[in-house]
Amino acid sequence: MRAVDAVMECLKAEGVDVVFGLPGGANLPTYDAFYDAGIRHVLVRHEAGGGHAAEGYAKATGKVGVALATSGPGATNLVTPIADAMMDSVPVVFITGQVRTDLLGTDGFQEADTIGITMPIVKHSFMIQHPLELPRALHEAFHIARSGRPGPVLIDIPTDLSRADIPYEPVADLALPGYQPTIDGNQKQIRQAAKALAAAKRPVIYAGGGVINANAAAELTEFATADHFPVTCTLMGLGGFPASDPQWLGMLGMHGTRTANYAMDGADLICAIGARFDDRITGKLSEFAQNAKFIHIDVDPAEISKNVAAHIPIVGDAKRILAKLLVEYRALEADTGRLDDWWKQIEAWRAEYPLRYDDSTDSEIKPQYLIQALHEATAGEAIIVSDVGQHQMWAAQYYGFSKPRRWINSGGLGTMGFGLPAAMGAQVGCPDQLVCAITGDGSIQMNIQELATCTQNQIPVKVFIMNNGYLGMVRQWQELFWDRRYSQVDMGEYPDFVKLAEAYGATGYRYSDKNTLVDDIRAAIATPGPVVADIRVTREENTYPMIAPGAAARDMVG
Amino acid sequence: MGEPGTKEILSLAELEASVGLRTGRKHVLSILVENRPGALTRIAGLFARRGFNIETLTVGPTEDDEVARITLTVDGAVHPIDQVTKQLHKLVNVLKIRDLEPAGTVTRELALFKVAAEGSARSELLEFCEIFRGRVVDVTKRSVVIEITGEEDKIEAFEQVARPYGLIEMMRTGEIAMARGRSET
Repeated sequence: MRAVDAVMECLKAEGVDVVFGLPGGANLPTYDAFYDAGIRHVLVRHEAGGGHAAEGYAKATGKVGVALATSGPGATNLVTPIADAMMDSVPVVFITGQVRTDLLGTDGFQEADTIGITMPIVKHSFMIQHPLELPRALHEAFHIARSGRPGPVLIDIPTDLSRADIPYEPVADLALPGYQPTIDGNQKQIRQAAKALAAAKRPVIYAGGGVINANAAAELTEFATADHFPVTCTLMGLGGFPASDPQWLGMLGMHGTRTANYAMDGADLICAIGARFDDRITGKLSEFAQNAKFIHIDVDPAEISKNVAAHIPIVGDAKRILAKLLVEYRALEADTGRLDDWWKQIEAWRAEYPLRYDDSTDSEIKPQYLIQALHEATAGEAIIVSDVGQHQMWAAQYYGFSKPRRWINSGGLGTMGFGLPAAMGAQVGCPDQLVCAITGDGSIQMNIQELATCTQNQIPVKVFIMNNGYLGMVRQWQELFWDRRYSQVDMGEYPDFVKLAEAYGATGYRYSDKNTLVDDIRAAIATPGPVVADIRVTREENTYPMIAPGAAARDMVG
Repeated sequence: MGEPGTKEILSLAELEASVGLRTGRKHVLSILVENRPGALTRIAGLFARRGFNIETLTVGPTEDDEVARITLTVDGAVHPIDQVTKQLHKLVNVLKIRDLEPAGTVTRELALFKVAAEGSARSELLEFCEIFRGRVVDVTKRSVVIEITGEEDKIEAFEQVARPYGLIEMMRTGEIAMARGRSET
């Protein structure tokens, strides 16, 4: 069969039921194979939309996402989603077309060095040089993308090779001698960790996106509640521990709660699980959690002692390690009462510093209230997909996630334009669930073309634009740190999102009254098909509290 | 520290962190990689992206056709060696990395020196060449090319010696290194 038909067989063998892509010259053979392969293909309007859709699909389902593009500009349009998937450890296989082998290196039409351009931002990549390599490369790509610390894998296929006639045999074994991720944590280290936790008087569990990736939310909750361990999650870890639980401190980091950041600052032992001590978490590194010892559980050994030195490193899969840690911890029969003073302190912080904002005295919608209204209208049960900016932080603070894979956003790379296509991918992966995109008037315009994909394919995402007419987060920083010199942040009232939604064949609404907002949102959700709600909010509201850049966590402002 | 397997609880004060310490010395990393296109680019790219400096780099075949060896030296005073090796390990084509202990390692480097050394200076230079157990591999009226093999120090010492005689060009291969005794590198 043709090599591309073998590719289809490989995709099916890997359990792929949907891919996102856009055809072009160099991947015409692949698209010919799709014609009758029986795999759903969602035609996006821009390759970046396809890449982010594959990410949203992967994050919502836990399966590997697949995105396709042609050579040259198609491939370069994938660069942002690839980098995004790398930073947030999202399992996605990207398949790009390449010019034919006799044109390689000649600056042929639509030629770009895709492998070279993407090398620093992929977990691994395959440049196909012989058609017989294709089946093995495909399977290895899926294995690498989903195992260990997940990430993006790229396969670049010259168009002539994809037309070659090859015998296809299912690949039974993978030959990856240099890739053997550690899965089981070291038992001795796990025992040490249990003992340290049992000795700690002021412990905090700090969980990140790794808990979500490892499907370890249930294990985390069981372990944390085996004693009264306070729990905080990073932006990527939200939903890894239920926000409704009394042991939940809220998110930590730059826009985390004071309680979570103060608890980290005052802790004597921090148990980091699938988290990487990012600068948005630590603030000023030299003043981060100065009194704490660190247990660091991560599947990627390179994360351990990268930013903060670990006292008890444990390399492996969070799900397995947490299950073992629970057994070890229970066997110690630690005295729960030792944490009483710590909890008294935490409760005092909680009482003094709850998340708060000044609500409007008229009908104006405060952005924080918009998130609370969305929570009420959805009973906290929606998959929330966020874009990047102030709305993202407010959604993270106020929605209150109680289950994993319900909060999808671009954390590490901070990609504006991620929200709508990722919501589309999440909706394709979870057709029976309510998927809401929270976005800003800045972010939405960076991939708004995907509304056409949503309407054409009846992908019923509900898009809520928190419209303040500004690039809000940049404006906030200019206000706070650049003497209110607002430089190039005023977006005005352009475009008319209601008309735009209608032009795309979606339903558009505009809301500006907080008194009817919950009902308005309910109405938007009840509307069949894709919906865009343009919600006018307070123009100059700041996201608080905040650790100023370069400041210590204990010096939060706002 | 509390013994594993006992119910004794571990005092936090006793815990010591494993820090990405700067070791303060030169490290020779011997890396086995799958002999595939792009393997070297990935390694070089990783060093560039993470801000690590490669001091010397040699690449060559091994006794196994499928595997190539990259020997590179990194300054442990500037870079946390454990981060360097952990990041290298993440590359799928990297099979094995050894951070070679200086005492248990034989290292060699080859250097070529093109020196003007005209007139009476030439015989002086050739005497030095003999002392360094070098070989003359090319002679013209206006230049000699001398080959020196040895450890880094020896090559640097010869460079000091040759420089006053009119050093026209110098080339060094970078170090290769092999573990002493029966142990595999």
